[in-house]
Amino acid sequence: MTKKLQSITNKIAPAAAVAAILIIWYFCSDFEVVPAYMLPSPVSVVKAFVSNFGIMLRQAAVTLQEAFYGLLIGIILAFILAVLMDRFDFLYKALYPVLVITQTIPTIAIAPLLVLWMGFDMAPKITLVVITTFFPVSIGLLSGFRSVDKDAVNLMRAMGAGRFQIFRHIKFPGALPSFFSGLRISASYSVVGAVVSEWLGGFEGLGVYMTRVKKAYAFDKMFAVIAFISIVSILLMGIVSLTERVSMPWLFKNKNKKEN
Amino acid sequence: MSILKAENISKSFGNKNVLNSVSIELKEGEVVALIGVSGGGKTTLFNILSGIYTPDTGRVYLNGEDITGTPGKISYMLQKDLLFPHKKVIDNVSLPLVLNGMRKKEAREKADELFETFGIDGIQYSYPDELSGGMRQRAAFLRTYLSSNGVALLDEPFSALDTFTKSKLHQWYLNVVEKINLSTLFITHDIDEAIVLSDRIYILDGGGISAEIKINAPEPRNVNFNLTNEFLDYKRQILKILT
Repeated sequence: MTKKLQSITNKIAPAAAVAAILIIWYFCSDFEVVPAYMLPSPVSVVKAFVSNFGIMLRQAAVTLQEAFYGLLIGIILAFILAVLMDRFDFLYKALYPVLVITQTIPTIAIAPLLVLWMGFDMAPKITLVVITTFFPVSIGLLSGFRSVDKDAVNLMRAMGAGRFQIFRHIKFPGALPSFFSGLRISASYSVVGAVVSEWLGGFEGLGVYMTRVKKAYAFDKMFAVIAFISIVSILLMGIVSLTERVSMPWLFKNKNKKEN
Repeated sequence: MSILKAENISKSFGNKNVLNSVSIELKEGEVVALIGVSGGGKTTLFNILSGIYTPDTGRVYLNGEDITGTPGKISYMLQKDLLFPHKKVIDNVSLPLVLNGMRKKEAREKADELFETFGIDGIQYSYPDELSGGMRQRAAFLRTYLSSNGVALLDEPFSALDTFTKSKLHQWYLNVVEKINLSTLFITHDIDEAIVLSDRIYILDGGGISAEIKINAPEPRNVNFNLTNEFLDYKRQILKILT
């Protein structure tokens, strides 16, 4: 009973925080603490959200396509690199610092260059998403591969397992939790990355639409797009969590048991 | 007849000489304990016997075949049960068969037949984290048996368990080993455990075998042997050598 109550409280707390922010926001705009042209009221944002939902959905189809392709390529490249870096210690020593340094370069600074090199089509957007999503997945996988118990590897070798069998039976499943931690971050980055790249040029997408409404000073629509992007990112993170549960039944079966 | 024989095994790491001309043998169906001080080279010797390390000098023979530096010939169970958390118990246990080319379904069927003998019937489709320490150790021992080729090396198999569970597992182990006729060499720091479970004890000291003691316990073996005077005589003898 106490645990159930605790679970309800855990869910109520963030909902109450969001409600409090909305109420403060509403009163700030209603009493014109901040002028309405700078901060539209949440009510007008909701109205803009509803009336523009169809347009945003159409634009989101393009953005999500870029995010999906970018994320997919990012995961594949991250997987290949993590496997190679785990296998060859020289590569690990050589590339790990480079990987970290690449993360200090702001993606917003690279985006104009990518547009310059690749034009206004999908290629620069996908490339930017790849750059943004690649790091969390590769680092997650790499730390997972490298944290495998050495005794477990020795045991596998004593059972006659080869390098590939050790990877398949121990290293890869062992790296799944850290892979999914990285993927959850990358999934939300992928949408943001696609939107940022669309700001700098393009014909369709949520970023392009955002630029248009900003130029028209339609801040209610602007906030509606921001809310839409947040919702899409949360949904993507939810999909990752669901995939995680399906992929690692052993982890969640035990977690559920412990919670009960 | 010797099923496992190691002759003049020496191994150094850098300047440190860990094993110095060690020779041991294990006869068919025999249970032999290896005791000695920590850092005395027991685990290194096991790594050599199982083929994980190659000795600087000396050879290892299994049924007369030279298996020096060849992993996968002798099964090895470590102190930790090392059941993989992402695999169900049946898949953990049948893993050595799968690694050696058997189809998963067939391997599962073969492993499944032995769960009852090992006293763990009913846990086949559980995940390891759902089991008690004793159950996990039994499952790990079954996995070791399935990859054994008749010989198993156990590195402190019971040391992580509490006294009560350990005592129960000792009796279980004696019963199972008798049924499956598995030749076993095991490392332990527990002199009582060595006397109760084994037919012979090797004492490894200073990188070499300093003594070999034969244990003549009444058959069938029973953990209550440790309440007898003969047991105390063996214990005194070992303590005298060690001190």
